[in-house]
Amino acid sequence: MKHRPLFLKIISAVILFGAWEIGGRSGVSFAFPPFSESMVAFWSLIIEGTMFKAYAETLKPLVVGIIISGLLGITLGIWIGLSDKFDWFISPIFIVMQAAPLAALIPLLIMAYGIGLTSKVFVVCIMAMPVIVLNTSAAVKNTPTNIKEMAKAFQGKDIDVIFKIILPASSPIIFAGLRLGVSAGFIGAILAELKITPTGVGDIISYSRSIADYPSMYAAIFSIILLAVLFLNILEKMENFLFKGNNQGYVSE
Amino acid sequence: MSKDNAVTVKNVYKNYGETEALSDMSLDFPRGELTSLLGPSGCGKTTLLKIIAGLLPATSGEVIVNGQIVKEPGPDRAFVFQDFALLPWASVIRNVAFGLELRGVVKSERESIAQKYIGDVGLKGFENSFPHELSGGMRQRVGLARALSVDAQVLLMDEPFSAVDEQTRRKFQEDLLNLVKNENKTFIFVTHSIEEAVYVSDQIALLLPRPSRVSEIIRPTSFKNKDVDSIRRDSEYLDIVDRIWKSLRTYVK
Amino acid sequence: MKLFGYRLPAMSSLILWGLLWEVFGRLEVTYFIPSLSAIFDTFLEIAPTKVFIKAVSETAYAFLAGTFYAVVIGVPTGILMGKNRIIDELLLPWVNMFLSAPLTALVPVLMVLFGFGMKSIIIITTLFAIWIIILNTRAGVMQINRSLVDMARSFGAKPIDAFFKIYFWAALPEILGGVRIGFIRAVKGVIIGQLLISIVGFGALFELYSSNFLMKHFWAVIIVLFAMAFTISEILAFFERKVAYYASKRG
Ligand SMILES: Nc1ncnc2c1ncn2[C@@H]1O[C@H](COP(=O)(O)OP(=O)(O)OP(=O)(O)O)[C@@H](O)[C@H]1O
Ligand SMILES: [Mg+2]
Repeated sequence: MKHRPLFLKIISAVILFGAWEIGGRSGVSFAFPPFSESMVAFWSLIIEGTMFKAYAETLKPLVVGIIISGLLGITLGIWIGLSDKFDWFISPIFIVMQAAPLAALIPLLIMAYGIGLTSKVFVVCIMAMPVIVLNTSAAVKNTPTNIKEMAKAFQGKDIDVIFKIILPASSPIIFAGLRLGVSAGFIGAILAELKITPTGVGDIISYSRSIADYPSMYAAIFSIILLAVLFLNILEKMENFLFKGNNQGYVSE
Repeated sequence: MSKDNAVTVKNVYKNYGETEALSDMSLDFPRGELTSLLGPSGCGKTTLLKIIAGLLPATSGEVIVNGQIVKEPGPDRAFVFQDFALLPWASVIRNVAFGLELRGVVKSERESIAQKYIGDVGLKGFENSFPHELSGGMRQRVGLARALSVDAQVLLMDEPFSAVDEQTRRKFQEDLLNLVKNENKTFIFVTHSIEEAVYVSDQIALLLPRPSRVSEIIRPTSFKNKDVDSIRRDSEYLDIVDRIWKSLRTYVK
Repeated sequence: MKLFGYRLPAMSSLILWGLLWEVFGRLEVTYFIPSLSAIFDTFLEIAPTKVFIKAVSETAYAFLAGTFYAVVIGVPTGILMGKNRIIDELLLPWVNMFLSAPLTALVPVLMVLFGFGMKSIIIITTLFAIWIIILNTRAGVMQINRSLVDMARSFGAKPIDAFFKIYFWAALPEILGGVRIGFIRAVKGVIIGQLLISIVGFGALFELYSSNFLMKHFWAVIIVLFAMAFTISEILAFFERKVAYYASKRG
């Protein structure tokens, strides 16, 4: 059957949402509304426009944070990849950050920068940056020596080697790092809204929880997960499309 | 002439989906002899061997081993794998004893049996080495010792020497001749090398390209009792090699 | 990097960073960054206190319980997915989705369903760790050499033998890789859980220290946490390297 994968995806979605529906109806918990009720709430949040206003708010620190960590992270990563000394000096910081529960720094950020946008952008940055830096530096370090030497043999200047050889060769992995950075950034953005100040989607979640409007709460959570997953999927599709042929995905974490 | 056949393949068909791999294949394997299967790549030699082993079901037809119809793998047959199929995490002795381990033979007993065959294949002193510490030839000896140690009457060998170097291969061929002479076992041997087939076989089955049937059975006679060194200079040996090449060359594009 | 012909060990620059921190702290540039030695003194001071020990043991308990469930559920699920095409096709989209989904958003749900306590934190820890364990185990099972499976069958292996003597071991390098990444994620999950449900473990400590502006205390806890996270990941990487010799030797 040609449409088998799609067919099975639909079946598994039906099973999962069906289980949610049944679980909700059978009254496992008053705080567990059925799927249909959550979807109704989802729909009305969209119609009222609440959802759009919320996302305008939520995406602000995310976008700013990702742009900053992207620019800074890739620059640092290239530098690390090119210079042994800088690698020795700076890499350990990011290696530790990668393994560490950076969320623990949030209370400190709040103390230092208050509860405004700055803190939230910071949260996104510290979450997204390590994976971007480490992927970029690994990619740069792993550029095959033979093509670098080839460029040198043809009297390429260092700057040419960087922009014409190293960057194109490492761009798939850099891009993959960016995607993982965005994924981590989403966690940061949500964490910021739940922990620092409830704005945007975090506000819908917190507010509807406080008035026990659980369908709206589930709808908001559903929407943010859906948005993140869709966006990351698009990035991945783009990646596959842009870098067809040199798929050498790193399991980077 | 009523010969005693250890294995009989009767009108076996095998389809993989649309692909017809074997079509009405019939072949007898006399007891105590070595039969080679020789044929163009992709003609279904591995498939036939796996059906005899009971690893694959035939689409129709039957395989009889010692009067019993084959339905599943059994202790009367042992397989020697082209890629050795050793457990990389287990020592040589455990690998050799693994067939016995699966049959529930107690440790001390199976290890003393394994010890004997490790000696027989010339690996004494390597009992506690691991596969990655051995050469290709040594690994194949481990695979051979494992098959011998379960004392099956039929040995199924799928290109067992193709992954070892030429010198080792010649040594193995001589060893194999001695093995056929000394052990009263039936060998079914798949190879791509015409010389090898003629050198080691009592009977050679030439297979047609897919869908495969037996096109010709050749039984070398005159040089069988000569010593291993002079076979390659025997005139019948050279004639048969030539004859087989003439009938196979038409299929090689 | 080499210095005077000697190879400097990896991570040795952290010592230099520590020195820089110490100097920076002593200059009293900002209240938020006390000197490292002062933080260390504070650590010695709070380490024996009841609250600190309670926080450590609660966190350790949540982490261990969370990762236990992640491994015990994740590895068999991954093996099943690797072996069975239907199960694989039904589950894979969800596993992939949850792997990249911002699971933090689920914490409020867990809070209303399972209460503001340990249970929710354990569940969030499991959720952070399990997906990568499933995926890696699945990948490990799928690359198992066919002839190893055939070999076991040809010697008449029972399914249970095949499972424990072939599948588990053959997939072990990938399983360990997944477990390592899963555990790193679990550390993050356990902290995020405690931050949002701030009455348990370090969550409560953070709350206490930050509302009283106890910077040294705060940093002491952070450094301990980071050091523990890094140690866990290094220990697991060590085990992973132990089986690496056969991970690369499979064709
Ligand atoms: N699992 C499978 N699914 C579909 N087709 C298969 C499968 N296994 C084998 N075939 C097909 O069946 C035919 C016979 O395969 P088989 O491996 O038995 O050939 P072979 O004679 O052993 O070839 P070689 O000499 O290259 O090892 C081939 O054309 C192959 O494409
Ligand atoms: Mg074959």
